[in-house]
Amino acid sequence: MVCLTELQQKFGSQIVESHFRDNRRIDVPASTLLPLLTSLKTDYGFSMLVDLTAVDWLEYDGATDRFSVIYLLLNMDSGERLAVRVPVNLPEAVLPSVYGLWRGADWMEREVWDMFGISFSGHPDLRRILMPEEFDAFPLRKDYPLKGRGERHNFPVITRSGS
Amino acid sequence: MTDGRVPAGVSDGLLVWPLSMPLTPVDTLETASAEREYVWTLNFGPQHPATHTTLRLVLTLDGEKVLNAVPYIGYLHSGFEKLGEHLDFNQYVTIVDRMNYLSPLANEIAWHHTVEKLLGIELTPRCKYLRTILAELMRMHDHLLNLGTTALDLGGFTAFLYFFQQREHIYDIVELASGQRFHTSYTRVGGVLFDVNTDWINRVRKFIREFPKVYDEVDRLLTKNRIFVDRTKGIGYLSREEVINFSAVGPVARASGVERDLRRDEPYLAYADLDFDVICSRGGDCYARYLVRMQELLESLKIIEQAVENIPGGPVNIGVESDMVLPSKPSVYRSIEGLIQHFEVIMPNRGYDVPREQIYAATESPNGELGFYIVGNAETRAYRARTRPPSLIHFSMFPHMIRNHQLSDVVAVLGSINIIAAELDR
Amino acid sequence: MAVGLPENIFITKLDAAANWARSNSLWPMPFATACCGIELMATAASRHDLARFGAEVMRFSPRQCDLLIVAGRVVMKMLPVLQRIWLQMPEPKWCISMGACACSGGVFDTYAVVQGIDRFIPVDMYVPGCPPRPEQLLQAVMDMQAKVRRTGTVMGREFAIRDMPAGPAPFDSDERYRIEDTRLVQLGGFSAAATSAGRGATQG
Ligand code: SF4
Repeated sequence: MVCLTELQQKFGSQIVESHFRDNRRIDVPASTLLPLLTSLKTDYGFSMLVDLTAVDWLEYDGATDRFSVIYLLLNMDSGERLAVRVPVNLPEAVLPSVYGLWRGADWMEREVWDMFGISFSGHPDLRRILMPEEFDAFPLRKDYPLKGRGERHNFPVITRSGS
Repeated sequence: MTDGRVPAGVSDGLLVWPLSMPLTPVDTLETASAEREYVWTLNFGPQHPATHTTLRLVLTLDGEKVLNAVPYIGYLHSGFEKLGEHLDFNQYVTIVDRMNYLSPLANEIAWHHTVEKLLGIELTPRCKYLRTILAELMRMHDHLLNLGTTALDLGGFTAFLYFFQQREHIYDIVELASGQRFHTSYTRVGGVLFDVNTDWINRVRKFIREFPKVYDEVDRLLTKNRIFVDRTKGIGYLSREEVINFSAVGPVARASGVERDLRRDEPYLAYADLDFDVICSRGGDCYARYLVRMQELLESLKIIEQAVENIPGGPVNIGVESDMVLPSKPSVYRSIEGLIQHFEVIMPNRGYDVPREQIYAATESPNGELGFYIVGNAETRAYRARTRPPSLIHFSMFPHMIRNHQLSDVVAVLGSINIIAAELDR
Repeated sequence: MAVGLPENIFITKLDAAANWARSNSLWPMPFATACCGIELMATAASRHDLARFGAEVMRFSPRQCDLLIVAGRVVMKMLPVLQRIWLQMPEPKWCISMGACACSGGVFDTYAVVQGIDRFIPVDMYVPGCPPRPEQLLQAVMDMQAKVRRTGTVMGREFAIRDMPAGPAPFDSDERYRIEDTRLVQLGGFSAAATSAGRGATQG
C-alpha cells in the first residue's frame, strides 16, 4: 500500500487522497506529476499504466478546473490499484508525457490529445490518432456538439451515371 | 491508394474534394526510405481481407522483410464515448454492444458492472450466475471466431467452418434468452431483461455436451499441423516485461507469462464460487497465444458447466423498491403503484439517485481487461463514459511485434492479437 | 422449333442472355467495416452458406467484383476509401447497403458517422436490421439477382439514366440548421474551432 503521508513528505502537502467504493484516488497538482509518477513506478512498483484518460468539467456543477487527466495505475505484484488525477486548464493545456515510464502511454496520450486537445510535452509523436489530420476541433470537449458541425458530410457525391 | 488524388469522375465543378482527407502522407517513412532506395512502402488496408475490420498499416519493406510498420487507426471512429454522455445507463447498453462485436454481451456485462458499482447495487445470486454463464459463452464466442479466422488467414478454411458452426449454436442460445442473436442488449441496471427458463438451460447443457467433439477435431487439425505451427511459432514474440510496459492484460499477456486474470484476482459476478484455472504460457509468440485461447475455451466450458448446474433460483432482478428496475408487467397493468414505478424508471426527467462520483471498474473480457471510467453527475446518464479498450493497447504493440519479420507474418500476428476495430476506435 | 434450328440452339435477346449470366455469377466485394461484417461472414459460413445462391466468390480486390456489399458503418475517415473502391470496380456493378448504419447511420447519429452511404455513392438495395439476419442478406442477394434479370441491359442503359444521387442531399435542411446554430453560438462565444464550422457550412 502506498502511504499518503510518505508521498506528502516527498511531494508537498497538496496531494489529497480520496476513496469511493474500492477505488483509491490521489489528486496532485500538475507541477509534481512527473516526479510523483516516476516514484510510484520505481519505488512503489506500479508497473502498469492501465488507462490514461481525461474528463472535461465544463458542464459539471461546482467544478473548478476545465479538465482533469486521470492515470490509472496497477501494481502487478500486489494487484493494488491507484488513480492519479491531475487538473489541467486552458489556454495552455500541457502535461509532461509519461511515455518514458510506460510505453503503453503512447497511444493513450495521442487519444487524449485528439479528443480533448490536451497536449503532452515530450511525447515523441503527438499526432491525431482517431480523427483525420485535417479535423480541427476536439470532439469530446463538452462545447463540441454531438452531431458535429457538418464535417461528416463534407464529401463529393458520386452518382450512378457518373461512375 | 496513398496519393489522395481526385479519382476520375468526381471532379465536376460543384464539388470540392475534401483535402485528401484520410490519406495523409507518412512523412516519417519518407525520410527513412530516402536514405535507402531499395526500401519500399506497402499500404495494408484499410480494406483488406486479413484485417477483418478496418485498420491501416503502412509497412516499410526491404524485400520481404518488414523494417517498420506504422499503424493508422480511426477508420471506424464513431463517437461511442460522446454518445455515452447523451444516453442513459440502460440506453447506452445498445451502444456498448457494438464495441467488441465478437462478444457483444461481454461488453454489456462490463458496462453494467461499472454502473452497478457506481450505484452500489448488489446483484441477486441468480443474476450473477446467469451473467457468468453468458460472459463465458461470449468468451468462447470471441475465441472461436478469432481462432477460426486466424486459421483462415493462414490457409486453413476447415477450422473456420467448424468453429463457425459452434458459434451459430451460441447465437441460438443468446437468441433464446434475449430475442436477438447478435446485439442482444440484454443486461439492465440491476439485472437482465428477462429471466431464462429450463429450456434455455437445457440448450446450454446440450452445447456443453457437443462442443468437445468439434474442439477435438479442430485441435487435431491445427495444433500439430506443420504449416500452422511453422507460421506461428517464434513469430511476434513479446516478453513479460514488454507486455506489462505496454499495458496489456488478457490472453495476449497471459501467453507471455503474466499471471493475471481479473476473474481470479478481483473476482466479480459468481467467479469466486467457481473452480477454474488461469491459463498461462511462457511462449510469448503467436503459437502460445493460440494455445492459450484454445485452452481457455475448455476452461470456459468448465465454468459454464459448473454455473449451469448450480444456478440458484429466485428473482433475477434486484427488488423494485430500489427504483432502478422495471416492475413486472402484471403489476404495471393491474396496479397504480406498478404503473407509477414504471414511469419513474422510463421517463428521462425522473430516475434515481446517482452519486456525483467517479469510478473505474473492469471485467475480464475475452480480449483482456475491459474497463469503464464513469463520472456520475446526479442524473441517470454518465457525465463521461470512458472505455479502456484492450484492442487499442494490443494494436499499439503491433509495430514492435512485427519488426524484422516477413511480410507473410503480418496476418499471423494480426490474427493472434485479435484486433476489433470498433473497440479500437470507438 | 418449327423454324428448323438445329438442337441445342436457342434464340433469345442479347440483354436476356447477358442478364442471365450476370445475375447468376455475382461476385461480391465485402466491404465489411463493423459488426455487420461478422454477419456477412456468418452468411458465407457453414450454416447459411451463400454458395447456394451463386454469390460466394468473395474477392477482396475491387477489380474482380461486381457486387459491393457495404456491411457496417462508414465514417468520415473511411468514406473516401469507399468511394475509391466503388470507382475502381468495373462495370456492370451493383451495391447492397447492409445494415441500419450503412443505410442511414443507424444508432450512431454522431459527428463522425456518415448518415447513410447513399448520400455519396449509388445504392441498389437496402437491407434493414442491426445487424440484418443472414436470411435477410440471402434474400437481398436473391432480390438483387431478380433485379439484374428484370432491368439489366448489355450496354448498361439502366445505369446511365440514374444521374441523381440515390439518397438525400448530404447537407439536408436539418443538418444545415444545426450548422448555422452552432456557428451563431460560436460567433458569440468561444472561437477555438470556428474555422471548422465555417468549412462545413460553406459546403452546404
Ligand atoms: S447496423 Fe448495427 S450491426 Fe450493422 S454495423 Fe451498424 S451497429 Fe453494427
